[in-house]
Amino acid sequence: MRSRALTPGLIATAHARISRTRELPVPGEILVEIGEQVRADQVVARAELAGELYILRLPERMGLEVSEVLEGLQVKEGDAVEPGDLLCSKSGLFGLLSTEAKAPEQGVVEFIARGTGHLGLRLPPNQITVDAYISGSVAEVDPEKSVTIESDLAFVQGIFGVGGERKGRVTFLPIEPDEEIGEELFSDQHRGAICIGGSRPTFSALRRAEEVGIAGLICGSLDDEVLATFLGYELGIALTGDEDIPFSIMITEGFGVLPLSERVYRALEGREGVSASMNGKTQVRAGAVRPELLVEEKERREHSPRVEPLQLEVGARIRLLRVPYFGKFAEITALPIAEEYIPTGAKTRVLRARLEDGQEVTVPRANVELVENARS
Amino acid sequence: MEAKKTLFQGDLESLTFVLVTDCGSTTTKALAFERRDDGWHQSFRGEAPTTVEEPVADVTVGVLNAFSEIQEVSGRRILNEAEAPPFLVREEGEVGSDLYLSTSSAGGGLQMMVSGIVHEMSVESAERAALGAGAIVLEAFSADDERDEHEIIERIRHLRPDIVLMAGGTDGGASEHVTEMAEMIVAADPRPRFGKTLRLPLIFAGNSAAAESVEEIFRDRAQISVVPNVRQTLSEENLRPAREAIHDFFLKHVMSHSPGYDKLLSWTPVPVMPTPAAVGDIVQEYAEQNKLSVLCADIGGATTDVFSVFSNEEGEQIFNRTVSANLGMSYSIANVLVEAGAANISRWLADPLTEHEVRDRLRNKMIRPTSIPQTVDDLILEQAVCREALRLSLDHHRSLAVGLSGAQRQRGIADIFSQSASRYELVDLLKLDVVIGSGGVLSHAPNRLQAALMMLEGFGLQGITQLTVDSIFMMPHLGVFSSVHPEAATEIFSRDCLVNIAHSIVPIFPPKKSIRKLCRVTFEKKEVKELLRGEFSLHQEFAHQEGILEVEPLSPSVDVGNGPGRAVQKHVTLGGFGLILDGRNRPQEWTEDSHIQQQKLFESLQLYSSEAP
Repeated sequence: MRSRALTPGLIATAHARISRTRELPVPGEILVEIGEQVRADQVVARAELAGELYILRLPERMGLEVSEVLEGLQVKEGDAVEPGDLLCSKSGLFGLLSTEAKAPEQGVVEFIARGTGHLGLRLPPNQITVDAYISGSVAEVDPEKSVTIESDLAFVQGIFGVGGERKGRVTFLPIEPDEEIGEELFSDQHRGAICIGGSRPTFSALRRAEEVGIAGLICGSLDDEVLATFLGYELGIALTGDEDIPFSIMITEGFGVLPLSERVYRALEGREGVSASMNGKTQVRAGAVRPELLVEEKERREHSPRVEPLQLEVGARIRLLRVPYFGKFAEITALPIAEEYIPTGAKTRVLRARLEDGQEVTVPRANVELVENARS
Repeated sequence: MEAKKTLFQGDLESLTFVLVTDCGSTTTKALAFERRDDGWHQSFRGEAPTTVEEPVADVTVGVLNAFSEIQEVSGRRILNEAEAPPFLVREEGEVGSDLYLSTSSAGGGLQMMVSGIVHEMSVESAERAALGAGAIVLEAFSADDERDEHEIIERIRHLRPDIVLMAGGTDGGASEHVTEMAEMIVAADPRPRFGKTLRLPLIFAGNSAAAESVEEIFRDRAQISVVPNVRQTLSEENLRPAREAIHDFFLKHVMSHSPGYDKLLSWTPVPVMPTPAAVGDIVQEYAEQNKLSVLCADIGGATTDVFSVFSNEEGEQIFNRTVSANLGMSYSIANVLVEAGAANISRWLADPLTEHEVRDRLRNKMIRPTSIPQTVDDLILEQAVCREALRLSLDHHRSLAVGLSGAQRQRGIADIFSQSASRYELVDLLKLDVVIGSGGVLSHAPNRLQAALMMLEGFGLQGITQLTVDSIFMMPHLGVFSSVHPEAATEIFSRDCLVNIAHSIVPIFPPKKSIRKLCRVTFEKKEVKELLRGEFSLHQEFAHQEGILEVEPLSPSVDVGNGPGRAVQKHVTLGGFGLILDGRNRPQEWTEDSHIQQQKLFESLQLYSSEAP
């Protein structure tokens, strides 16, 4: 029996057909064509962002009345100017003591406000580029806007992350999934690596990882205070990805002390040293975005399956999200239709599940997360 | 209260069945309001997922799905598959609807940026206008902002407001700062959230002498509407024209870019209202009709809205709304932790948790926001967070809900930054008559007494207050209905929307005074109790009774709402839990370890017991 309930699910799969659309923030130029093979770090689109607008308050700057500034203007709207070009000049008595205002930067005169005598100077545009993020082939091009890359990859979703897109080679840390990640695990050989393994890092481990220059860390959990110290502030909402930090972090389980899940190891089996891309960006609100790790295939494969949404159904594997079963895995055994009372006194829809130790439990449907067994 | 336009031209006497929807970000909720022999009632409801987003991208699909649920449960034929509008207009009998109305907060609601010259003056007035119109204020800038100009420009550049409201300056005053602010906005070039080719909708409600220059600066860059100044003089505020302009822009520019809204607008004779504006309207209507001061909090997953109606020094009822954008029970729960601190949350718990445990549990709720408490101790933790969110959002509300007083004085622009108008807080909890709680954590608490305690302790209520909750989040629907039929809307509000839980009596006194007996409470001349300092008691034996409540201070320093030592007499209708007497003073006094005190309180009230009433 299947349920239409919206239950979040996290994916960990060794082979999947993945597509990622790379969008320009403003219309620009797409540099690749459909069918073309691209590398993850290859620039596939670029655009120009309007430069900053400088406001030159000429009457205040020159000690003149607005009408005097307007009379003395040497430029008009639309004129291009170079640094030092004369914008306005006004001679004093008998041509003496003239006052001048010059362009501080290169730009174009965008406006001259007749009421205030202020002049707006638009600086040259800034170029922005977008890379492919994953290696693969160009599947779609939306002219001037976006390009979609497709590839066969190993795909692991996390529950929370910080830091934006990073690329590096997969490196497993030599510890058990439930061991704490200490500073001694990182050395110069980890420069540029996406390091995977362990339960949660100590603060000194994060500092050491920064020193050696890792690209990313993927582990089971995080200590909330360690994260706050590392970021320099406390996060109030799960809307991340823009943090100014030296490497990105993705956790797969949650906050506290939780081991990196076995299914992550299984999905990434045999990928040591392989190129990967990750993104710590997390957005828990509507249109949820979860952090991810995408690892290239060692050899090219054909016909990897697309990732299908997981279904809440009898037999499905779930993780329980609230005390007293927080972090435990289970298998759904029944999905009763009618609402039931739970120990808080609330009435809600529930499901029954068998924990890994065989115990049968009843939990609210809102408190489970579907997890996929790693496909190999 | 501002006079309301009646937008419905039909005959109110002919109305018997009205359908109203609130199109929220995730759910579209339809309610039916019906006139029966004994008056107006809320009769049926239906819900369906909102369909603004892809793949449906048409809000009306969700609306019709919600109608179809009402049709199923009521047995009344509503949908009309052959014609437009696709629901039947009642001609006679039990078929169709007389009127359809709607509110909307889909797509994140109405998002605005406001600016002015002096933060505590024009900017605050602009904020009040925007908030009162139902907007979320993304950012408020002033000419006396502590940030550098380039920092402000950078910040504006990243905002995607639906509408910008510019205020600043008193009428006839100097206008340079206003035009400079306009130039700064032009320099930042903020892009509207909807319609990439659309010019930025901008309302100018500042110094009328600067209007021409501002229009010139925004020529070809914004769609500008000039309305009367929100702050014509230092001591006068005029928010209505700006609010009306915001609603006008909301319909023309925000609604019209949302999928399916053009069709929805053609179904209703009354403009679709932003959801919080509708809630504000019903709160105002209820306060005005019953001559009450009201405080209402809607605590959601991401934000907490606080609405209030209190009298100013002239005795005029003043409405205020604030949004605490990052105080909520799921998406923003960790922000309550950050702002309140773990110790403040922990003090409300019966069983102490380590700080680590509190932090980890709340962070895990942050990343899995739709999960719900499954054990009693987890429920108590979330209700502790709710108390702190209410406390913080009321602090925020108090800072913006101010009255203006003092004589108007002429001043030049040079000294304007150094002066402030005489402001005073409007919120006076001793004068508060009714508190209304809304949002899942309050409306759906497993036991209504839990909701009463969250409001009593979170807001730190004082004096005599009626504690109520919104039964099924009906206030948006009633708000838009009140724009058509205010009497019917308030009738339904009192009858079906408000759940009357109890009246709380909280005497306050100087904490250093040695006082043991606080007050004597009598109901219908029968003594309820002599309340002692530190005591807390529930008197459910008076549930649902109507009569005269008298509270007489037993010390000249004790205030129960009429000033120190003075008795209060009030005609009341008690709720399902009767009377709550709370002798713990404000700020709340802890006579022993807070966890032990809370444990005893919860046990004495059987608050979390399955046998609780």
